[in-house]
Amino acid sequence: MDTEFQWRHKHLIGLAELSRQEIEFILDTAKGFEEFSTRSVKKAPTLRGKVVVNMFFEDSTRTRNSFTLAANRLSADVIEFTKTSSSVNKGETLIDTARNLEAMGVDIVVIRHSAGGAPKLLTRSIKACVVNAGDGYHEHPTQALLDAYTIRQAKGSLDGLTVGIVGDIAHSRVARSNIYAMNKLGAKVIVVGPPTLMPAKIAQLGVRVSHNLDEVIEELDVINMLRIQFERMGGNMFPSVREYSHFFGLTLERMKRAKKDILVMHPGPINRGVEIESEVADGPNSVILQQVSNGVAVRMAVLFLVNQAAAVHN
Amino acid sequence: MTTRILIKNGRLIDPANAVDRVADVLIENDRVSHIGQVSACDAQVVNASGKIVCPGLIDLHVHFREPGDEEEETIASGSAAAVAGGFTSVVCMPNTNPSIDEATGVEYIHRMGRQARKTFIYVMGAITKERKGLELAEIGLMSQAGAIGFTDDGSGVQDVSVMLRAMKYVSMFGRVICQHCQDNLLAGKGVMNSGYQSTVLGLPGIDPLAEEMMLWRDLQLVRKCNCRYHAQHLSTTGSVNIMREAKAMGLPVSCEASPHHLLLTEERVRDYDTNYKVNPPLRTAADIEALKQAIKDGTIDALATDHAPHLMSEKELEFLAAPFGIASLECALPLYIKALIEPGVIDWPAMLAMLTYRPAKVLDVEKGRLGVGDRADVTIIDPNLEWTIDADKFISKSRNCPYHGWKVKGKVINTIVAGEVRYSAMG
Repeated sequence: MDTEFQWRHKHLIGLAELSRQEIEFILDTAKGFEEFSTRSVKKAPTLRGKVVVNMFFEDSTRTRNSFTLAANRLSADVIEFTKTSSSVNKGETLIDTARNLEAMGVDIVVIRHSAGGAPKLLTRSIKACVVNAGDGYHEHPTQALLDAYTIRQAKGSLDGLTVGIVGDIAHSRVARSNIYAMNKLGAKVIVVGPPTLMPAKIAQLGVRVSHNLDEVIEELDVINMLRIQFERMGGNMFPSVREYSHFFGLTLERMKRAKKDILVMHPGPINRGVEIESEVADGPNSVILQQVSNGVAVRMAVLFLVNQAAAVHN
Repeated sequence: MTTRILIKNGRLIDPANAVDRVADVLIENDRVSHIGQVSACDAQVVNASGKIVCPGLIDLHVHFREPGDEEEETIASGSAAAVAGGFTSVVCMPNTNPSIDEATGVEYIHRMGRQARKTFIYVMGAITKERKGLELAEIGLMSQAGAIGFTDDGSGVQDVSVMLRAMKYVSMFGRVICQHCQDNLLAGKGVMNSGYQSTVLGLPGIDPLAEEMMLWRDLQLVRKCNCRYHAQHLSTTGSVNIMREAKAMGLPVSCEASPHHLLLTEERVRDYDTNYKVNPPLRTAADIEALKQAIKDGTIDALATDHAPHLMSEKELEFLAAPFGIASLECALPLYIKALIEPGVIDWPAMLAMLTYRPAKVLDVEKGRLGVGDRADVTIIDPNLEWTIDADKFISKSRNCPYHGWKVKGKVINTIVAGEVRYSAMG
């Protein structure tokens, strides 16, 4: 680790704006927090006296619990704020909600929101640190960081690896953040899915586009199976779940043709039998549960770093 | 008693009459009485030396929000903003609350406009009841009440059979039918241009095809019923190409372009700044070039602001939730100068034509010209004055202006409507 390096972002909105060095710095910092989970006393005093609010405008179990646990392990006080109303323009505005929480003395706002750009909007209206826990289909930076962390743990480095991201790329914040992270860390990315689930000009993000999983599966060192989000899709993006699984599901049959040491990843929650067969999700190549464990360490690192940067700013 | 205003030594640009020379203009009561060398009599003298004197500017497309959203703009505040922007006539869109879809609404807007006594207000009626796109509104009665044209602006008429009937019906009254071209099924829930930028931001995009398909569809209907048709705020390369072909075929069609589609690209949405959320959305640099080319070759007839005021509190929402629209009436002229004159796309007479007699022709009204005997609607412009746009100083009630802080050149000095000085930059 470069000892001269100084982390300077008091917000974490996306990975698009981070450099390789910055991403690696977060991962290295997370490494230091990894052993925490195995200690008998799983707590550090780093954020003692600080208040973290989990502002979740969208359902989430994994990410929310992971952030809560991360904040607790750093001795922060955590406020849970939930408003799962899908309507973004009714009642109190986002800015007013955030300002009210800030008035109670909140230091870090962790936000999950169905509208892309909601965390960015907060950075313009409040002084607290803002950490994006997923906004619309813009970015989900901590997910991609924990994915990169998990790959690094298994493979040592991402340099030269080929990573496949399979599924609904158009409506996936996980895909976008992953593309930035993987590319910056030296991996090649192939996005795989039907054209109806590809966003406009996706190739300009520096990825290869494939509509045929069978054609590319042998090349992959890592395969990241996205959840098919029925609730996020408007209209008829593919004819049926059965047809989707037939062409894009990760089956045991397809796994036979993959590299022996391919890493199978999934951001969860899994639709068993849709994008991934149970035997694969629970099989020897799967690191799906490691991803979850690593999520806590990565989020500890993020909370720690943004708080540190805020202290420097102030 | 005759009131006289003498505008001395200005550069008189009257594109309708192919005039571009230094001349004095004498106004007596509400008409132009002399042009040429006029000596001061008992007139109020306006020294226009170094200034451009032209027929009052016409804006084919404004939203004054009254009735229904008076906190955003009123006919009074919008009218005052209009003359500050040099506009002596504006056309109010019918997407108010309630919509202007019957004669009483048309009369109401006219009455409020007369009371405001700033700019002249034309009213467009809705094509369909409540702008729902289903049943024809009382187009005939609105015509008789003075509606100058018809549009469901804010959205296009989706059902092709309704649009065909509307065109046929409107043709009976000789009015123009205007369309906000956008196929809603294709546009979906889009909030910006569909492309690289929407992919990066994770925002749903609006494909240029949504605009082009409806424009192309409508032009096929025009071929059938030969109704005068005007396409509002065109924004894409494909659209101007389609329009160019239609004009070459001799169809009675016209179109307009808005300042934001000539100056701003989708890149501006980068930070989710909702002041750049507008419909049709900001497109690409290539589209801007195509629009400029279409302005140069005459395919685009008029420049129109689509002045769409909104409250700050509405614009301070998530990009998905914020309303579409840009307020630009007061700073439109320097924006057009920046987009068209500074880069040498067209010259002053050609640009002023797009703000005077050409929009008048779209409406089929005797305006936008400044000959002896014409109504004295005059705009006096200092083409060299440099200033900084400050949305906080707008007369308009709204501040949703992405040009705030821009350094621009060219300013309206006086606006004269029907022989009365209704705006003076000097206060």
